[in-house]
Amino acid sequence: MRDVYAIGIGITSFTRLEFPLSEIAAYPVMMALKDAGIKEIDHLYVANMGGGRVNHQTGLASAVVDTLSLTPAGADVIENGPASGGSAIKQGFLAVASGVHDVVAVTGAERMREVNNLEVTEFVATLTHPLAEYIYGVTLPSLAGMFTRAYMDKYGVTSRHLAMVAVKNQNNALLNEFAHIQQAITVEGILDSPEALTNNPYIADPLRFFDCCPVSDGGASVILATREVAEKTGRPLVRLSGIGQATDTHCVHERDEPTDLLAVRRAAAQSFEMAGVGPSDVGVAELHDAFTILEIVESEEVGFFKKGEGHLALERGETQIGGKIPINPSGGLKGRGHPVGATGVAQAYEIVHQLRGEAGKRQVADPKIGFTCNFGGFGNNVVCLTFAREN
Amino acid sequence: MPVDLEKILRPVDHEMPPFPPKYMTIASGEEMVIRQVTRDEIPDILIHVAPLMSVERDFYDVVAARVYAELLAYYRHRMQDEYVLVAQIDGELCAVVNGRSVGDGTGMSLHTLALRRGLRIGAHAFATKMEYHMDILGHKEVLIVAESPIGFRRWMIEYNLEKRFEIPHELGGPPSYALTKDIFEKARGTLVIGRRPVPDALLAKAMEAILPPSDPPTPPEDLLAATRSMYDPTGTALILQRWMQHEKEGK
Repeated sequence: MRDVYAIGIGITSFTRLEFPLSEIAAYPVMMALKDAGIKEIDHLYVANMGGGRVNHQTGLASAVVDTLSLTPAGADVIENGPASGGSAIKQGFLAVASGVHDVVAVTGAERMREVNNLEVTEFVATLTHPLAEYIYGVTLPSLAGMFTRAYMDKYGVTSRHLAMVAVKNQNNALLNEFAHIQQAITVEGILDSPEALTNNPYIADPLRFFDCCPVSDGGASVILATREVAEKTGRPLVRLSGIGQATDTHCVHERDEPTDLLAVRRAAAQSFEMAGVGPSDVGVAELHDAFTILEIVESEEVGFFKKGEGHLALERGETQIGGKIPINPSGGLKGRGHPVGATGVAQAYEIVHQLRGEAGKRQVADPKIGFTCNFGGFGNNVVCLTFAREN
Repeated sequence: MPVDLEKILRPVDHEMPPFPPKYMTIASGEEMVIRQVTRDEIPDILIHVAPLMSVERDFYDVVAARVYAELLAYYRHRMQDEYVLVAQIDGELCAVVNGRSVGDGTGMSLHTLALRRGLRIGAHAFATKMEYHMDILGHKEVLIVAESPIGFRRWMIEYNLEKRFEIPHELGGPPSYALTKDIFEKARGTLVIGRRPVPDALLAKAMEAILPPSDPPTPPEDLLAATRSMYDPTGTALILQRWMQHEKEGK
């Protein structure tokens, strides 16, 4: 296999965007091409989950490639639920590593705010099991609520720990001009004050409003290429050094231990093994905190902390930007936002940004290895990526 | 015999009873005071409402234009039985709500305008307005409409308002919804919250001056690379600007 490098990155603001989905997907590609200093690609991978259902737009890759005047490059849509972005990057990696292509663009985009929150929640719930979960009204917040309650009972995680994740990530988002949520919150305001229950009502007990990510529109892109192409850009070399993907039972209730996220554990291990590094080598990570509990649990499953001790590391401030292993300096899904198809690519955007040392106010001190965890379904299809700075 | 036309034009206005100010801690940990304002304070509010008339997003333009007109009419005695409440954080104007009494135990909710978004600032201000109608004015029900989807979610859905579709609302004549005494009592303590009395220092700060909103909604210049990214020292916008500069310099 050939080595694969991230040579260009681009992103839109994550917010409500009143542009067609194809424009939201195309704009960050244009930025990423500018970043890389190139004008042509061999292939385009577009990560998207809901274009057909939410935006009534299918054939998205064809639309994007033509919008960018990149024809006759090949173009495909990759759909893997909220892990679509990670899967699209994986496909791009395989294309370059295998020698099929030298330069590919990967873009993730979603326009979810075209419909109301109820419709969005229902749309995302379509990734649950149609007969064993969906028809009973299961939604992602409800699954996350049950998961959180079980985790609290078993490992001693409290609502205060969840609130600490929310506060940390929203504060990080204040340093990210592209982040959706630009509001500082405090534990007092969302947990301790007499008005906290109104400020932060229960969504799916024990998860409250500020434990859930916002519904966002947005797009992000990464250009992947061979080392030969990467060296010509004159930019810092950031290698996509490891990819891992694993699945778990479709139904959450079929898992032997419902508080384990085995697909995260396995995908991370694969990614680290391929990169030839371990969790302790990681200098910055973007984890999939669609719900605050997930950041804590994923930080354990990928190996940053022992099982059941992620919340203790959080208490010690180890996941802050200046901490031992900074997690979600971008604000994560909680603060940056979660346009589902774009999220995995946005995570990669942030890691490349950080490894290049270009992240400004939220720059982590000299990271050499970066890591992303893109969590599909409720942990039934997970893609983990490892990046390494080479110069 | 000379006619005092002003007496004809000016509605028979009743003195609106005072609203005891209250305060609450919002999600940011800041303390927000909600209080009634006098006519004399209206010009201090209008200057902050006017810029929102050019913000198309979320119907701010429509709401701001109507609020401006309603407040100006109140100030110049062209609206009957109107009241205005404001929400302030450290003196900063965060929300304006208003309504009026239409008699027969009925209130007419006019507008809720949040000048600082999120953190339920508008929702808290609306709830306080309903408290004024029910607890102070003694209304049996308040007629309400929404001009934006956000308003519809916040009022019609969160409170589960009753339909009064046979009554055209004063705001453009659409069918009204109603917040009844029963609905209000169900919301008391959950959606309708706050503490009294307001600590002296907090109230004094609010009364001292209506300060400009620190982060009011503004019209976006470019939604995709939204305006704020143009000032981002870390992101793509700066990179793009750098390239453009390099191109000009022939690098």
